Amino acid sequence: MSELLRIESLSIAPAAAPERLLVNQISFALETGKTTCIVGESGSGKSLTALAVMGLLSGQLQLVQGKINFQRQNLTGLNNQQMREIRGKRIAMIFQEPMTSLNPVLSIGYQIGEPLTVHLGLKGQALKTRIANLLEQVGIPAERANSYPDELSGGQRQRVMIAMSIACEPVLLIADEPTTALDVTVQAQILKLLDELKTRLNMSMLFITHDFGVVADIADNVVVMFRGEIVESGSVDQVLNHPQHPYTQALLACVPDAEGKKPLKPIDYAWLNAEQNGLAA
Amino acid sequence: MSAYILSAQHLNKSYIQRSGRFGFTTKQVKALDDVSIQLRAGATLAVVGESGSGKSTLARCLLQLQPLNSGAVQFQGRDLAVLSAAELRQQRRHLQMIFQDPFASLNPRMKIGAIVGEGLLIHKLGNALEQRQKVVQMLKRVCLSEADMEKYPHEFSGGQRQRIGIARALVLEPKVVVCDEPVSALDVSIQAQILLLLKELQQEMALSYLFISHDLRVVRHIADEVVVMHQGKVVEQGLVADIYANPTQAYTRNLINAIPGRQRAANPS
Repeated sequence: MSELLRIESLSIAPAAAPERLLVNQISFALETGKTTCIVGESGSGKSLTALAVMGLLSGQLQLVQGKINFQRQNLTGLNNQQMREIRGKRIAMIFQEPMTSLNPVLSIGYQIGEPLTVHLGLKGQALKTRIANLLEQVGIPAERANSYPDELSGGQRQRVMIAMSIACEPVLLIADEPTTALDVTVQAQILKLLDELKTRLNMSMLFITHDFGVVADIADNVVVMFRGEIVESGSVDQVLNHPQHPYTQALLACVPDAEGKKPLKPIDYAWLNAEQNGLAA
Repeated sequence: MSAYILSAQHLNKSYIQRSGRFGFTTKQVKALDDVSIQLRAGATLAVVGESGSGKSTLARCLLQLQPLNSGAVQFQGRDLAVLSAAELRQQRRHLQMIFQDPFASLNPRMKIGAIVGEGLLIHKLGNALEQRQKVVQMLKRVCLSEADMEKYPHEFSGGQRQRIGIARALVLEPKVVVCDEPVSALDVSIQAQILLLLKELQQEMALSYLFISHDLRVVRHIADEVVVMHQGKVVEQGLVADIYANPTQAYTRNLINAIPGRQRAANPS
């Protein structure tokens, strides 16, 4: 298996306080054609990691150290213009809120066409044909290209976001909680669509979620983050069925199962702190 | 007295939806279409369905926060719909609600002590000292401290705010609590804490819950009975264990099959 993305000891901190690491020396690799899920609670640094790969960290944050190797190129060394060549073309991203990430005054066809014009120089009939084709790929009738975001449901908007992100056939798709805001049946459809597209376009996916059910459905590999660090990583079977780290075990014990057999057990952070210190010593 | 603390018969509620140019075209949308439910005393009844299925409208109509087109709501044998405003306000003490968004449901300009104590003040329950004691006791029960009374909502995390919302509802010692998606905005670890807290409080205070949720995994854990809603209609209702094991309606089967992580749970690789 060839390696598409390798993150090496990446650390992120606020520019004002470089010693307070929000992401602390994380390393992991993503293989071509595979899906890696980053799981963790809010504040664990999972979204920051994704934004760092996209080169979209806000000005208040800085990359303290580390490398992001993407197709044998270190992304951290690129300037804005070089990054713009990659972003949207070879690495694309889908965000959580399909309501806020689409421009309300532009038709969805225009928005899907934008990356095609910018990166591939498509225009005229060729552009129209490609937009129609993309809409069909994500299960929206091509004649909806002239609709505006407010005329679509949440699930349809997320489909439009997906059409935009796959427009240039990226090799890496980053999805930051793409189904969290959706109904469970719509979520199942979107997950299925992403999985199909991944296979059809031979993409890799970096999928950020806090839902272990989603992880079980979509992941090949799992990275568990806690307070800015990776506490455990491995294949989905290994992490979900044989978790090694006490935090992973505790987090899994919080997830209600659909059969209702397992008692819920909230995370005991005091115990976890003691355990972590014990592990460190 | 019947075993049902809250029951509703043949509820109907429709909205006028405006569409077309300048909203001149109107369409009637049935949010509740002949809905009847019964909540047993001390039990948890879950209402599940997708967005737009009418589950939140049902909650609001049961508490008379929204007027019904037709139908009757009985609380402890009394029809809420025919009560005067003053009588209804008295009953509200026994009918409380916990909201979904702990960021939007707490007044940012009020201190926690005032937020939790407001209901006691309105219903004139006890003197100032007793009210304060009750608030402190309730805050401690939801794992907050007396010192938190002087703080404002923005000083708390999402999970803590949801605890404040629970304290606010339960300090009045209600009989029925409507929980409208109380954990869907929370992290899974916090969600487990809040669910367990709700279960413990139900035991201690003999509460009956109407639990609205779209997460069938959560419902499986907290509810005794479940009502499945779709487009304003009840499509199926019964005991949670029965419905999850043998859903009779295609719509319910769809919902259950859409629960993420089920395939792997069924046949671990």
